[in-house]
Amino acid sequence: MRPIIYLMAINEALQQEMERDSTIFVAGEDVGQHPPFGVTMGLLPRFGPQRVVDTPISESAILGLAVGAAAAGLRPVVEIMFMDFLFVAFDQVINQMAKMRYMFGGKAKLPIVVRSPCGGGYSLAAQHSQSLEAMLCHIPGLKVVMPATPYDAKGLLTAAIRDDNPVFFLEHKKCYTVAGDVPQEQYEVPLGVAEVKRPGSDVTIVATSYMVHEALQAADELAKRGIEAEVIDPRTLLPLDMEAILTSVRKTHRVVIVHEAVEFCGVGAEIAAQVAEAAFDALEAPPLRVAAPFCPVPFSPPLEEAYLPNAQKITDTVLSVAQAKT
Amino acid sequence: MDIPREKLIEMYERMVTIRQFEEGAAGLMRDGRIKGMVHLYAGEEAVAVGACFAVGKEDYIASTHRGHGHLIAKGGDPKNMYAELFGGQDGYCHGKGGSVHIADLDLGILGANGIVGAGPPIAVGAAFAAQYKGERGVSLCFFGDGATNQGTVHEALNLAAILKLPVVFICENNLYGEWTRQDRHQTVKDIAERAKAYAIPGITVDGMDVMAVHEAVSEAVERARRGDGPSLVECKTYRYFDHQGVGDGAADRAAEEMEEWRARDAIVRFRRHLVQTEALTEAEAEDIDRRVAARIEEAIAFAAASPLPTEEDLLTDVYA
Ligand SMILES: Cc1ncc(C[n+]2csc(CCOP(=O)(O)OP(=O)(O)O)c2C)c(N)n1
Ligand SMILES: [Mg+2]
Repeated sequence: MRPIIYLMAINEALQQEMERDSTIFVAGEDVGQHPPFGVTMGLLPRFGPQRVVDTPISESAILGLAVGAAAAGLRPVVEIMFMDFLFVAFDQVINQMAKMRYMFGGKAKLPIVVRSPCGGGYSLAAQHSQSLEAMLCHIPGLKVVMPATPYDAKGLLTAAIRDDNPVFFLEHKKCYTVAGDVPQEQYEVPLGVAEVKRPGSDVTIVATSYMVHEALQAADELAKRGIEAEVIDPRTLLPLDMEAILTSVRKTHRVVIVHEAVEFCGVGAEIAAQVAEAAFDALEAPPLRVAAPFCPVPFSPPLEEAYLPNAQKITDTVLSVAQAKT
Repeated sequence: MDIPREKLIEMYERMVTIRQFEEGAAGLMRDGRIKGMVHLYAGEEAVAVGACFAVGKEDYIASTHRGHGHLIAKGGDPKNMYAELFGGQDGYCHGKGGSVHIADLDLGILGANGIVGAGPPIAVGAAFAAQYKGERGVSLCFFGDGATNQGTVHEALNLAAILKLPVVFICENNLYGEWTRQDRHQTVKDIAERAKAYAIPGITVDGMDVMAVHEAVSEAVERARRGDGPSLVECKTYRYFDHQGVGDGAADRAAEEMEEWRARDAIVRFRRHLVQTEALTEAEAEDIDRRVAARIEEAIAFAAASPLPTEEDLLTDVYA
C-alpha cells in the first residue's frame, strides 16, 4: 500500500486490467492524446491507438460503439467527458444497453463500463456539474457505482470491468485529488457491497460519492458534541446494499441520507422509503435527507455554495434528529 | 458589396471590442478574479462580426460554448457580460449561467451552450417560428468543426432543408475540437461539402476576412428571407488561446501553424483594408482602439462592483 490520488487509482486499475485482458479497449473524446482530468494518461503510449481510441464529439456513437462491440465480444470501457453529456445519447443507454439482454431472452452479454465525471463545486454551471445517478438507477439492466476513495475507485473499477453487465462508473470531480492508501496489486471491491466508513452508535449517515468526505467531517464535528455518527457509503447504488444500511439503522435508530443530487426523487428517497418499510419499528425519528434543492446547478460562486450540500448542513440536520446522550 | 462607411467602422470597432474583451477576460482569469470555464474567442472575430452584421436585432442567433464574440457582435454590452463572468446580479443571466451560458434573449440570442451541437436544432426552431408567424426573420447558427460530428447538427440541417427554413448554418472551423485536430476527428476537409448531403448551398470562406464572411452570410440570409431555405457557410478560422482558459495552445499546436494564422490576423487585416480604401485614417483607427480600451476598463470596474446574488436568488427562475 502507498498513498495515491483517486484519479491515479482509476488509471492504475485501467492499466492493470488492460494488461490482463486484451479484449478491453478504451474510447472517448481526447482519452488518448489529451486525457480529460488526466485520468487516462499513459494509456495511449502503452496500449496503442487500437485499444485507446480518441473519438469525435459524438456521444451517441461512443455509447453505441460500446453496445455493439460488447455484444460482439469485446469489453469496452468508454468515457463520457462530463456525465451531463450522457443525455445527448440516452437512447443508447436506456433503450439499447440496458435492455438488450432482457429483450433478447438473455442471449446478449454486455460487459461495458461507462466512466464519467459528475458533480459540482468548480463553478462549471448547469451543464457541467450535475449528479444524475438517480436517472440511471431507475433503469433495470444497469449497474451504478460511485466511489468516494482511491481504494474503492481502484477496486470497484476492476470489479466493474470484470462484470458482465453495463456499469456506470461515476467519478466526482472533487474526488479526483483525494489521496488514500491503495495496494499496488490488483484487487476487487465487489459491486453491491456498502462499507462502514466510520463506526458510531447514535445516528446513521448514509452518504454517497464526494459527500462521504463531507459526512466524515460532519461526524468529527458531531463527535465533539457527544454524538457518534456511523457513516455508511453504499459505494454501489445499483444494486444497493440495503442490508448494511438496515443493520446500522437498527443499531442507531436514526438515519440521515446525504447526496449531492437534487433531493426530489433522488436515491435518498429510495433509501428512506426502504428504511421505513423494513425498519419502521426501529426508527426513533423520521429519516431525513441532505441534498441539493430543486433547481439547476448555478454558476455564481455564492449561489453554488448555497446549492451544494456540505458538512455544515449535514451537522445541522443530524442535530435536528439526534441529541447527545448525557 | 457596397457597405456604408459608418457600418464598416462599426464592424471594425466591434471586432476590436471582442478582442479586447477577451484579453480583459484572460487577465481576470489569470488574476483568479473569475471562476469556472471560459472559452476565448480571440482570433475568430471576423466570423461573428461578418455574420451578425448580415442580420438585424429581430433575427435570432444560436451560439456555442465560445460565445462572447457572438454576443458582442450582436450588440451585447461588455458591462453586463463581465458582470456575468463575475457571477454578479448585473450579469446577463444574473450570475446563474456564467461564460458558458452567457446570452441575452432580448438581443435575439438563444444561448451560448455547454453542450456541443445543441444549438443548431434550436436555431431551426426559431426559424420555424419565423416562418410559422409569417415574419421575415432568419436564424444564424454558429457551431464548430468538432460539433459537426454530432448527430444533432445533421438532423438540424436535414430538417431545415426539408422544411425550407430560413436558417444560415455557420461553421467556425478553427481546425480543432478541443485538442483534437480536424484531420483526426473527421475525414472531410471542407465541412461545407457536407451541404451536398442535404442538397443545400455550401460555401467555404476565409474566416479571417470579415468582408468575405459578411458577403457569404449576407447572400445566404437573402436567400433564406426569400423563402429558398437554409445554407451552410464554413469559415476557416483560428483561436489564439487554448481551447479553454488562457494558455496559448502551444502544447497541442505547432508553433509554425500558430504563427501562420496570427500573421493573417483579421483585425490587422481589416484595419489595413479600411485605411487603404480611405474609410479610416490610422489616427481614427487608433482613436477607436483607445475608446474601446476605455470602455472595457470601465466595464470591468462596473462588473467587479456588481453585487453578487444571494441565497434568496437560488430558487427563482426555475419555472415561469
Ligand atoms: C455534448 C458535448 N460533448 C463534449 C463536450 C466537451 N467539449 C466542449 S467544447 C468541445 C470542443 C468543441 O469543438 P468545436 O465544435 O470545434 O468548437 P471550438 O471549441 O473549436 O470552438 C468539447 C469536446 C461538450 N461540451 N458537449
Ligand atoms: Mg473547433
